[in-house]
Amino acid sequence: MTGAPLIEVEDLRIDLDSGSGRVAAAEGISFRIDRGETFGLVGESGCGKSITALALIGLLRPPLSIGAGVIRFDGREIQHLSAAAQRDLRGNRIAMIFQEPMTALNPVSPVGRQIAEMFVLHKGKSWREANKLAVEALADVRVTAPERRVNDYPHQLSGGMRQRVMIAIALACGPDLLIADEPTTALDVTVQAEIIELMRNLCAERGTAILMISHDLGLVANVCRRVAVMYAGRIVEERGSADIFRAPSHPYTQGLVDSLPRLGSRAALGRSRLKEIAGVVPAITSFPDGCRFNPRCAHATDICRSVVPTADFLEAGGLVRCHHHA
Amino acid sequence: MLSFLIRRLLQTIPTVLAVVLLVFVLFSVVPGSIASTISDDVDPQVELRLKQQLGLNDPIYVRFGNYIGKLAIGDFGTSFRTREPVTSMIAKRAWPTLQLIFTAMAFSVLLGVPLGFVAALRPGGLVDSAAMIVAVTGLSIAKFWLGLVIMYVFALKLGWLPSFGYGDGGLKHLLLPALTLGVSPMALFARTTRAAVLEIMTADFVRTARSKGMSETRVVKWHVMRNALVIILTTVGLQFGGLMGQAVVVEKLFSWPGIGSLLVDSVLQRDIPAVQGSILVVVLAFLAINLLVDLLYGVIDPRIRYA
Repeated sequence: MTGAPLIEVEDLRIDLDSGSGRVAAAEGISFRIDRGETFGLVGESGCGKSITALALIGLLRPPLSIGAGVIRFDGREIQHLSAAAQRDLRGNRIAMIFQEPMTALNPVSPVGRQIAEMFVLHKGKSWREANKLAVEALADVRVTAPERRVNDYPHQLSGGMRQRVMIAIALACGPDLLIADEPTTALDVTVQAEIIELMRNLCAERGTAILMISHDLGLVANVCRRVAVMYAGRIVEERGSADIFRAPSHPYTQGLVDSLPRLGSRAALGRSRLKEIAGVVPAITSFPDGCRFNPRCAHATDICRSVVPTADFLEAGGLVRCHHHA
Repeated sequence: MLSFLIRRLLQTIPTVLAVVLLVFVLFSVVPGSIASTISDDVDPQVELRLKQQLGLNDPIYVRFGNYIGKLAIGDFGTSFRTREPVTSMIAKRAWPTLQLIFTAMAFSVLLGVPLGFVAALRPGGLVDSAAMIVAVTGLSIAKFWLGLVIMYVFALKLGWLPSFGYGDGGLKHLLLPALTLGVSPMALFARTTRAAVLEIMTADFVRTARSKGMSETRVVKWHVMRNALVIILTTVGLQFGGLMGQAVVVEKLFSWPGIGSLLVDSVLQRDIPAVQGSILVVVLAFLAINLLVDLLYGVIDPRIRYA
């Protein structure tokens, strides 16, 4: 993967208008995703990963808005595009899958029609042609008897099936980037694996890059080539996914890795308590000065409490924002 | 579907019986009778004879039994006042009332629902504020007063339309009473539609629709409208019942020869069979509308299936 990146985010800040003033819900967000690459964004609920995704696809709604920074897609700045120009990108070149397949589909519209809309919107097809293409799209996501299934309503499908429909919608126009926001969180484990596999294969076939968002570090590392870890509205570490497990650099990432339950650990290490990160994520209105992880960090010193750490590039590749990183 | 229909039809029987019983008991305890409404000092002999003739001296359970027995074969009885069969009285009055209610309904739906939609698209905007002022005003105005004002303006001052009566049954006479009757449901539909649309706009599937890259107009047309329709339909169905009640006031005000004015006149003259019949017809109409609404739910929302 050489040449210009597919999408490049530089120093993005997302503001939350709380009525009494603006606070930055996420800031200093920078990353790039190459064509066909898989990139993961990991963090706890409320760390700003979902709103970062919404900013990329231009779906931030008030009280959230882009405060500063640049989003460059295919070499073009898109953060200030007109509404119409954004709509041309959305769905067509940047597509998104959401967490809840139960509510993300319109309950009173057949799923085939919801897929067909994509071809009508972006490919200038008639409804007749679009409906035919919808059947093919359903077949592509391995739904059996797609010509019958297109007439089904969302409530007639299982959660896994619905997420397949969502994938069919997202990939309908052959987008360059697929944003998957916790695509499998609402599904049970066996279905999860199927959906991830399907998504990965389809994107690989079509050369679609994936931005995968999840709180599940294991899942993201499994799917993605590179992973960025977010904490309290900032990216604290960005590494190759093998490295992040082998040698996590930021204390927060270390904490995350340590707190993963491992199969067979009891036989190897004896009975031990699962580790946790002490404390809770600070509220958006009361982020601490300096490094935002400092109140929960075992290595914190005075500098951590006053100076925001800058990005240190690691020899092995990747970067970390910590004054005392390993 | 058919079994649902049959079950629903059977369910109306106890409702109808309860209404019949209630009206029957009420009119047995209110003072006065058809005889006493004729004149203030009726000869007691005459009153007794009249009551005997009409069967009003029988014990209440005998009278009720007789009434139910006749009702079962579709006989609503004979009016005390006109000696005419109640069924034919109602038949004559039904069409004007239907005309009035459906015109008022059409006016209020065609105006109220779009108004609610437009208001919801820009909440807090100029259109929204104006629409909601209209809606709150429309809901708060008393019908008899509004009717008088409308009469005064359009009939008396402007002279555009006749102020009362049925005329030849044409649109000219219909417009003012229908307008009077339609204002408050119109206001209610505007408010309900606005609330429904605003709620649906925050749904996940609307976010999905936006992520597909469609314009807000398309989002509303393709995804919001049909979902909102379910909620709007419920309100419309309920309002039909309300309108039948409110039509009583409007019909009386505009001397409209409908079931509402028949009911008022019959109550005042203690014409019990006519009262019974009118109320029964209104109740049956209400039940029929409700059934229709339930069936329409199934058409609009695929999640609702009747078994």
